[in-house]
Amino acid sequence: MEAPDLYASGAVRLSYAGSQTLASQLLQGAKADVFASADVEHMTAVEDAGLIDGTPQVFAHNRLEIAVAKGNPKNIRGLRDLSRKDLVVVLADPSVPAGKYAQEALAKAGATVKASSLELQVTGVLSKVALGEADAGIVYVSDVKTSGQVDGVPIPESENVIADYPIAILKGAPNLRLARSFVAYVLSSKGQAILEAAGFEKA
Amino acid sequence: MSQARIPGPLLALAAAGLLLFLVPLAALIVRAPWDQVGPELVAPETTTALGLSLFCSLTATALALILGVPLALLLSRTTGTVRAVLRALTTLPMVLPPVVGGVALLLAFGRRGLAGAPLYTAFGIQIPFSTAAAVIAETFVAMPFLVIAVEGGLRALDHRYEESARALGAGAWKVFARVTLPLLRPAIFSGAVLCWARALGEFGATITFAGNLPGRTQTVPLAVYVALETKAEGAIVLSLILLAVSLAILVGLRDRWLGA
Repeated sequence: MEAPDLYASGAVRLSYAGSQTLASQLLQGAKADVFASADVEHMTAVEDAGLIDGTPQVFAHNRLEIAVAKGNPKNIRGLRDLSRKDLVVVLADPSVPAGKYAQEALAKAGATVKASSLELQVTGVLSKVALGEADAGIVYVSDVKTSGQVDGVPIPESENVIADYPIAILKGAPNLRLARSFVAYVLSSKGQAILEAAGFEKA
Repeated sequence: MSQARIPGPLLALAAAGLLLFLVPLAALIVRAPWDQVGPELVAPETTTALGLSLFCSLTATALALILGVPLALLLSRTTGTVRAVLRALTTLPMVLPPVVGGVALLLAFGRRGLAGAPLYTAFGIQIPFSTAAAVIAETFVAMPFLVIAVEGGLRALDHRYEESARALGAGAWKVFARVTLPLLRPAIFSGAVLCWARALGEFGATITFAGNLPGRTQTVPLAVYVALETKAEGAIVLSLILLAVSLAILVGLRDRWLGA
């Protein structure tokens, strides 16, 4: 079977969750063919446990952006604004990749932020901004792009953090051939174009 | 033997059912890092989460008692379609995925919510991300357990006592306080305990409506989730503490049920 038909045939089943959840599922013995992580750390944890077949490959990059309400009514211009007292700011928990990156970016910008909530998934940050309960949150560029319900305030290169997304085939993959063609597809120019359209950066 | 014997196949199914509960419990106990239970138990993150969990779940139970007993009374006095509708409304939180309940609470009591927006514009009150939000989320999810138990108690009540009190000249309030309420004590007690146990384990509505902040909204179930991602041992220890508390409650309740 050729890679581009994988979706149409329904041969690929995707299980989405935070990287840390997926990694602990794998470490507890969950069976899967391919693992794609939002950071290198969780891929390394799975690799160190001897569960990876071959070497993980980076298939996309992402960077951070400040998610704000449409039209940016609170006039938020950068990370340092997030320490303003009149703002409700929500971040991802530091145990989540997006939360760890957010802490790094805030440290680079020299900003101290009192978050109202440390969400357990980056989507939690996004939905709280989208619902208007939080004035700002730090999410991925791709989240802002695909959400449509929030605006993004760019974070300058010097303060931003580039996230690497590695993908790898798992040892003992029940569908090894399919796994190989799926990974090849993600890394192909076609796969990369899809990722780019969703706000990711090419590998 | 005074009691009829249980047929063999039913006994086997019962054993299978019991195993479904016992094996995961045993797995937690076997896998628990017992040497870390002490340090984990006194770790500030644990005590903070535990204290907050106790506060929120007890407050939620108190709220459920104040609102739920009158609600059960109302339910028990209605019939037909009204009763069916009221009942469905009351039990809705039991079948609703708690995360959806949390979203509904946000849409109701959030800054832009149906009831939350006026509160915010008039008084600047923001309920989400506060301890109050965690209490509201727990009450929302747990109160049905109390209402159902109390309503059951009300329906099983011998109403002749209330009629006698009325015949002797007692007003509606006096009949409720002096006759109905004392008779309902076992039902209220068991309902409150179930409600408390459910509130203690609440996760989905809390994370969605109240968020996750240590000391303010991070109850034990949320702390378990965070710990699970960073240090699994801590998660197991926290889970065991929650389990021990829940088990103590349920064993205590068993005597109530069997003793009745």
